Amino acid sequence: MSAVTRAEYCVVACAEAWRGAGEILASPMGVIPSVGARLARRTFSPELLLTDGEALLVDPDGTVEGWLPYRLHLALVTGGRRHVMMGASQIDRYGNQNISCIGDWAKPVRQLLGVRGAPVNTLNNPTSYWVPRHSRRVFVEKVDMVCGVGYDRAAGARHHRIPRVVSDLGVFDFATPDRSMRLASLHPGVSVEQVREATAFELVVPPEVPYTREPTAAELRLIREVIDPDGARAREVAG
Amino acid sequence: MSADEAVSRLESGMTVGIGGWGSRRKPMALVRALLRSPVTDLTVVSYGGPDVGMLAAAGRIRRLVAAFATLDSIPLEPHYRAARERGAFELTEVDEAMFMWGLRAAAHRLPFLPVRAGLGSDVMRVNPGLRTVTSPYEDAETFVAMPALRLDAALVHVNRADRRGNGQYLGPDPYFDDLFCEAADAAYVSCERIVDTAELTKEAAPQSLLIRRHSVTGVVEAPHGAHFTSCAPDYGRDEAFQRRYATTPWPEFSARFLAGDEQAYRAAAGEAT
Repeated sequence: MSAVTRAEYCVVACAEAWRGAGEILASPMGVIPSVGARLARRTFSPELLLTDGEALLVDPDGTVEGWLPYRLHLALVTGGRRHVMMGASQIDRYGNQNISCIGDWAKPVRQLLGVRGAPVNTLNNPTSYWVPRHSRRVFVEKVDMVCGVGYDRAAGARHHRIPRVVSDLGVFDFATPDRSMRLASLHPGVSVEQVREATAFELVVPPEVPYTREPTAAELRLIREVIDPDGARAREVAG
Repeated sequence: MSADEAVSRLESGMTVGIGGWGSRRKPMALVRALLRSPVTDLTVVSYGGPDVGMLAAAGRIRRLVAAFATLDSIPLEPHYRAARERGAFELTEVDEAMFMWGLRAAAHRLPFLPVRAGLGSDVMRVNPGLRTVTSPYEDAETFVAMPALRLDAALVHVNRADRRGNGQYLGPDPYFDDLFCEAADAAYVSCERIVDTAELTKEAAPQSLLIRRHSVTGVVEAPHGAHFTSCAPDYGRDEAFQRRYATTPWPEFSARFLAGDEQAYRAAAGEAT
């Protein structure tokens, strides 16, 4: 089998977000998180619930097992039985996330999606993030509009948790005394220096940084032949 | 009634809720009728899609209440973006769940509902009028008191309806169309086809009867009335036409497709794709 690509390390890093999650809804946003969630569902987290991207809950083979229109999806969020992986146009050291707009909110330089469900997600169920192009424009000192709530603004939020941030360079968490972002693993082929250069805030870097784990041969086969045979993952992360 | 008759009941300055979600089952024939009318200065309440993009581009929106605007397969709604970036209207930006609870509060005639969303986020900064409420029970948790999103009028599109206003959806998701109707003083329901009441449940389960006639003011038969958004299972999104909408400057798009009536729109859209 050919060498593991960066996109495939990203898939594995995303899949790991749902390890041991139990019988909850995995809500991946973006191609690689979707491939990752389906990989987790087919391997180490078979209890996960997945949607078809619309209103149906489906098995890996497409068999419909349930109905989850938007109104029930929003209700499920508040029940907490869900781990969502959202995108982030900007994210800061405490995990505050922005997908609304760039610049002054009153008259933005660049209007983006809007806050969507980020405020309710972050206060109710575990929320991770996926950034396909790690850069100083995304990993910023301060986000322009706080949509997803970070650790420094979550005082008293009893269900707030940001398990991980996955980028094309590595995996990050908030396992630090002040809950600021820490480099948890590097994807093979990436250096600490590279990550530091692409991050506009000071990242916590432990003395020993592990590499993101290798996919098993069975996982690689599933990714390449079953879940994403058309290679959509490579269009999100090259190399 | 016709789409133009429904829209003739609206007045400038009203608060109008628009059903559907993103680029899915939007009452586009009613929106097109609205664009033909002189009605303006609207407060629009919507899970935003091209309804918001068109009304914003045409300068009909004074204030928008929304959590997002998207074309789904095209993530960013270009005409909405352009209008926002030139500061064309005021925005009440709330979270998707806050929005739903605001509609529910209105439907239940409550002034607000508590919601665990918004706190800690800049939704609070950009909506300085939002208040919080603390649980009177032992937990003493603080919530956002999401105010009722009461509507002067609601516009929604469904698959089938009878003449009385019983509306039926046949796709996988009801979105929030029943809530929009219940939150409004007047609701106008367009549908792909008006059928006899008995026909509604001939081949579909009774729980597909999403909208009940007591919450409906007028029914409009509008075949392809959600075009170019999706209206499953009657038709999917017209992706080619949506791309054209997204990439054509608004004055040009408007002149080519929206200058005439619905029939002219359908003819022009048919030629274009």
